[in-house]
Amino acid sequence: MAEEIKKTCLHDSHVALGAQMSPFGGFDMPIQYAGITQEHLAVRNKVGIFDVSHMGEIFISGPDAERYINHIFTNNISGFNPGKILYGMMLYPNGGTVDDLLVYREFEPDHFLLVVNAANIDKDYQWMLDQQKGYDVKIDNQSDIWGQIAIQGPEAEKTIISLFGLDCAKSLSFYEYCNSEYNGHRLIVSRTGYTGEDGFELYATLQDTVEIWDRLIKAGVQPCGLGCRDTLRFEAGMPLYGDELSADISPIEAGLGMFCKLDKAEFIGREALVAQKELGVEKKLVGIEIFDRAIPRHGYPVELADGTQIGEVTTGYHSISLDKSICFALVKPEYSALDTDLFIRIRKKVFPGKVIKKRFYQTNYKK
Amino acid sequence: MSKIVEGLKYSDTHEWVKVEGDIAVIGVTDFAQKEMGEITYVDCPDVDDEVEKGSEFGALESVKAASDLFSPVSGTVTEVNDEVVDDPKLVNDDAFANWIIKVQMSDASELDSLMDAAAYKAFIKE
Repeated sequence: MAEEIKKTCLHDSHVALGAQMSPFGGFDMPIQYAGITQEHLAVRNKVGIFDVSHMGEIFISGPDAERYINHIFTNNISGFNPGKILYGMMLYPNGGTVDDLLVYREFEPDHFLLVVNAANIDKDYQWMLDQQKGYDVKIDNQSDIWGQIAIQGPEAEKTIISLFGLDCAKSLSFYEYCNSEYNGHRLIVSRTGYTGEDGFELYATLQDTVEIWDRLIKAGVQPCGLGCRDTLRFEAGMPLYGDELSADISPIEAGLGMFCKLDKAEFIGREALVAQKELGVEKKLVGIEIFDRAIPRHGYPVELADGTQIGEVTTGYHSISLDKSICFALVKPEYSALDTDLFIRIRKKVFPGKVIKKRFYQTNYKK
Repeated sequence: MSKIVEGLKYSDTHEWVKVEGDIAVIGVTDFAQKEMGEITYVDCPDVDDEVEKGSEFGALESVKAASDLFSPVSGTVTEVNDEVVDDPKLVNDDAFANWIIKVQMSDASELDSLMDAAAYKAFIKE
């Protein structure tokens, strides 16, 4: 039976703005409004806004909250202060990835907010419940009652301060947040994003999200769809669950080992990652540039000169900011060194390329 | 509303054909270019390549995705539009003025199975 497709609180607005809509993560989402290139450049050069209300918000609290999150999360939340945000993953015991997520330490002791991918909300929530035994925690999935807007680009700070007077935003570094209010309701002002630029994510009630969005649109800010969200995150070297991370791809294979604290006493999947570090991995994520305008897409084979397949493309574009054809690919680790000559089969032709750094674009975060 | 040109033949995979003697001039429709968005790359066959009706002969790449091109007729490629290869956005600017390949047809009766403008208009149901 097909699952019913969900709509975010901003769905009517997307349709009214003439967006091209398409299903993503179980939601009917805007792919583009004015065009991917125009929206991409608005974020790189000025400011753009995204409806990310499809993302999941799961609140965890209780006397064992810190110990519990350290049990299910690869990064170490001990000793990080209220108002700080950490990126990391939840893993299966074999090291495969359940999801990648953000953990917010709330200002109230023993309270945390976990922000997860839309397509994984139900799976993650169930996973968290399944690991709860022996921990005194409350796990509260509030995904349906929070909206979220990402305001991204060099003019993001100026935009939210001038429109909404969110002065607490000024003092935030990247990966910090503050609490504010909108119409008397809680508003989370988070200096985070998925574009490689400075920016914010505002978490608000559904009603307030609609109002905030409408005010941003009236102020002439460019609405941006998931099309350029993908081109932007890709250039900035960030993974997308489903492409660069999955139940079959560990964070070590995806090059995200820095977010896995193997010196922690324990977390689910730790032993598997330790083994991968010691014995090596079967595949490794690399960046590849090809010397042509043809575009390597998800699933295209990566080959050696003699035609032997040694990997597969996970995401690829003709990069808008860099004007070259680049991709992420999972390849056998012996071919992952920088400058290794590799070939990508695109339809009937084979294009030469080489391994380059995965962070294709120099990010511009607020320090 | 997408533009449709009278007097051309149309395939159900959104290519148009203009018949000039035994040569079929082939491009993609305005409807197709709108669906694809900004086209960034045109993957074409070489001159003298054989193409077969209903088979893939190349592709258009937009930022989002690759879309295969299917030949509406069988025959031999006589010309490739280098202007479009060099500047793929021409297809977005005017999909009917900017053809992609010309094919010398091996069986002109294949044209009979293609749609005319009215049928294609009904087909895309805008």
